[in-house]
Amino acid sequence: MVVPSLKLQDLIEEIRGAKTQAQEREVIQKECAHIRASFRDGDPLHRHRQLAKLLYVHMLGYPAHFGQMECLKLIASPRFTDKRVGYLGAMLLLDERQDAHLLITNSIKNDLSQGIQAVQGLALCTLSTVGSAEMCWDLATEVEKLLLQPGSYVRKKAVLTAVHMIRKVPELSNIFLPPCAQLLHERHHGILLGTITLITELCERSPAALKHFRKVVPQLVQILRTLVMTGYSTEHSISGVSDPFLQVQILRLLRILGRNHEESSETMNDLLAQVATNTDTSRNAGNAVLFETVLTIMDTRSAAGLRVLAVNILGRFLLNNDKNIRYVALTSLLRMVQSDHSAVQRHRPTVVECLREPDASLSRRALELSLALVNSSNVRAMTQELQSFLESCPPDLRADCASGILLAAERFAPTKRWHIDTILRVLTTAGTHVRDDAVANLTQLIGGAQELHAYSVRRLYSALAEDISQQPLVQVAAWCIGEYGDLLLEGSCEETEPLQVKEEEVLALLEKVLQSHMSLPATRGYALTALMKLSTRLRGDNNRIRQVVSIYGSCVDVELQQRAVEYNTLFRKYDHMRAAILEKMPLVERGGTQDEEAKESKEAQLSEAALVSTEPPASKLLDLLDLLDSSSGAAQPPPPLEPSPGGTLGHLLDLPCASPAPDIIPWPVGPSFLAAHLLCFPAPCSAGPSQLLRASHLKPLLPSQISECLSVKDCS
Amino acid sequence: MQFMLLFSRQGKLRLQKWYVSLSDREKKKITREIVQTILARKPKMCSFLEWRDLKIVYKRYASLYFCCAIEDQENELITLEIIHRYVELLDKYFGSVCELDIIFNFEKAYFILDEFLLGGEVQETSKKNVLKAIEQADLLQEEAETPRSVLEEIGLT
Repeated sequence: MVVPSLKLQDLIEEIRGAKTQAQEREVIQKECAHIRASFRDGDPLHRHRQLAKLLYVHMLGYPAHFGQMECLKLIASPRFTDKRVGYLGAMLLLDERQDAHLLITNSIKNDLSQGIQAVQGLALCTLSTVGSAEMCWDLATEVEKLLLQPGSYVRKKAVLTAVHMIRKVPELSNIFLPPCAQLLHERHHGILLGTITLITELCERSPAALKHFRKVVPQLVQILRTLVMTGYSTEHSISGVSDPFLQVQILRLLRILGRNHEESSETMNDLLAQVATNTDTSRNAGNAVLFETVLTIMDTRSAAGLRVLAVNILGRFLLNNDKNIRYVALTSLLRMVQSDHSAVQRHRPTVVECLREPDASLSRRALELSLALVNSSNVRAMTQELQSFLESCPPDLRADCASGILLAAERFAPTKRWHIDTILRVLTTAGTHVRDDAVANLTQLIGGAQELHAYSVRRLYSALAEDISQQPLVQVAAWCIGEYGDLLLEGSCEETEPLQVKEEEVLALLEKVLQSHMSLPATRGYALTALMKLSTRLRGDNNRIRQVVSIYGSCVDVELQQRAVEYNTLFRKYDHMRAAILEKMPLVERGGTQDEEAKESKEAQLSEAALVSTEPPASKLLDLLDLLDSSSGAAQPPPPLEPSPGGTLGHLLDLPCASPAPDIIPWPVGPSFLAAHLLCFPAPCSAGPSQLLRASHLKPLLPSQISECLSVKDCS
Repeated sequence: MQFMLLFSRQGKLRLQKWYVSLSDREKKKITREIVQTILARKPKMCSFLEWRDLKIVYKRYASLYFCCAIEDQENELITLEIIHRYVELLDKYFGSVCELDIIFNFEKAYFILDEFLLGGEVQETSKKNVLKAIEQADLLQEEAETPRSVLEEIGLT
């Protein structure tokens, strides 16, 4: 018995009635068999029903490619019902990747030139949805003809089809540019809207077109003014705003035309002020227009007062109950934080409030904006806020927040001690999320602050004693203890609580780090080297240290093994040199803060390495450094550095000082850190203890070599 | 606008309109990803999210999610208005529209959308004009179908 084919409604009901996926598949397979049979030899009058069923099945995710030919047949049929479903099928099943799509070109051509509006509409719709480049070439003149024929229904569709054609084939701009002038006089909102969209598309693709259309700015201003002044119209108003779709589109075009062009910007100043002040902001429609207005003000050469007005509007948006409005406000403020920094600063408290938003998209925006607003006068307060945010923020924001705080601290730290404290706090809160260079940065910082050595080593020791899992913290702490172990044991330091530490405790802690399964190989390397250094810093005998070192001589990790073997050798054969080699690291001058380095590379002249207050030029240098470019994000990874401070030294000494000035790293690359910039080597340095030993042979030459190298750098 | 998707709270697709050319596989993949992402959002979260290099604007109306993907330079707030206008059109046409209407009359949903947007852009800002166009097309369809069925009834096919 042949199961009769179902009607569409019945099919849908049956599919919905299926209890399992398997059942559904069964129903659909059966029906598809019917459909296929019907396509082959069924009644052509029913073809459109069969295709409709197939389209439904297709939407559920089942294959429907066998229906493509049917679409063509239906499109070619003279009946409107057939064409309606046929064109729909074409839009859903055909796309330019299949050769079959070209076959509808002829049908479209025929339908475009016959007189029934509805049919022309179908053809234009399909053309603008799935029209490939070839189809656009073939049918451009047909569409052009339709642009100027009387019926508004077809004309509005033709204009938008032209937009699609230009997107596919930019060369067709030549055909569609001339009619625009006349179309701009249209009163029909749909056609006007389409024309504005068309002009926008033309201007975005061709500077010549942009220039050409600048002369319609006064006309656009007039159109928008009329729109704004028009009272309520049932047909086009939404919540008291006249045709917001059209307003937004005009504002967008004005933005493009006014960008970098004084005259056009001036022509639209008054109008923008009018729209900004008169638009009803109680509902989303008005806010949409206001938002577009703000964007246009900010992106053109508007008067200063207008720009302040725009920023204030955004500030008001930030206080709006509607989350969506707050979101667009944060996004826009972020875009203008460079160009209008002081205006945006005024809204800093509100921005900081937004950090507490439960919605992750909003708090992310608020974070980016907060980081951009940090400057030397608000750094303490802002860092406080950001630190508390770091403690509770969602995990995917941690890395950005941590790097952001570190960066801000780097640029604006009021005191070295505050800087060290801040980095310490970040490392303890979110140690696993900081970038690799944070370690190098901190060690350099501590190294350079001689008066804070005792303070740093104590704080790091306490932190390490509490928690050895946060790798960056452990690495820095190990390094510090190695370097300044003697200060740790000395007694009290007035800035921290009195801390009595015994030698065995220190050694035990380092050994714990070495043995812990949580420690990365790099961390172990730090710990081992630190232990080695302590052999000269501590007063006790070195048996314990020697023991540990010799054990690691057979460690599986090659790096550790090499270090251990070399340290062992140091104990056994070169004991007389040990003290000299393991002396405190000389302070390697960084040549000032990052901004200094940026200035140097920018000017490429001799400049002093003195630390200079960086506040005013900072914002310009920000641009140069692209540090807070929202597209690259605050967490742009720099070349990873091997975390061995000895390596830094080694690399410096590898530099053939007699050679011509090394190339400066090209900017912008992101924040530069000690080793990379100082040595002007972009590659990571991978120094091991062997280089450290080699360094020892060159040690007597060191001071003069450094200055020689520095002067080479200064000249570059 | 690059594409618009309508889907239920169970993730079932009810309408898909693509204004860019992509392979079937890509479309399926994108749809899956976006549906998952949006269904995972909590009810109080804002209507915008970043996805790849696009902005997704979505809004839930009863059991249906309306989701649009727009480019970076497009206005999110007006996209919300576009979604709302489409829902209003559906509502006017079906009379208090619900998800079932869109399921059983998906072709009509497409036809209405195609009178409101074209090539991803708004083509008609007057509700009245859109509905009038649909009405006329429906009429045309009826006229095309009626004579045939009369003949069939008599038995002269």
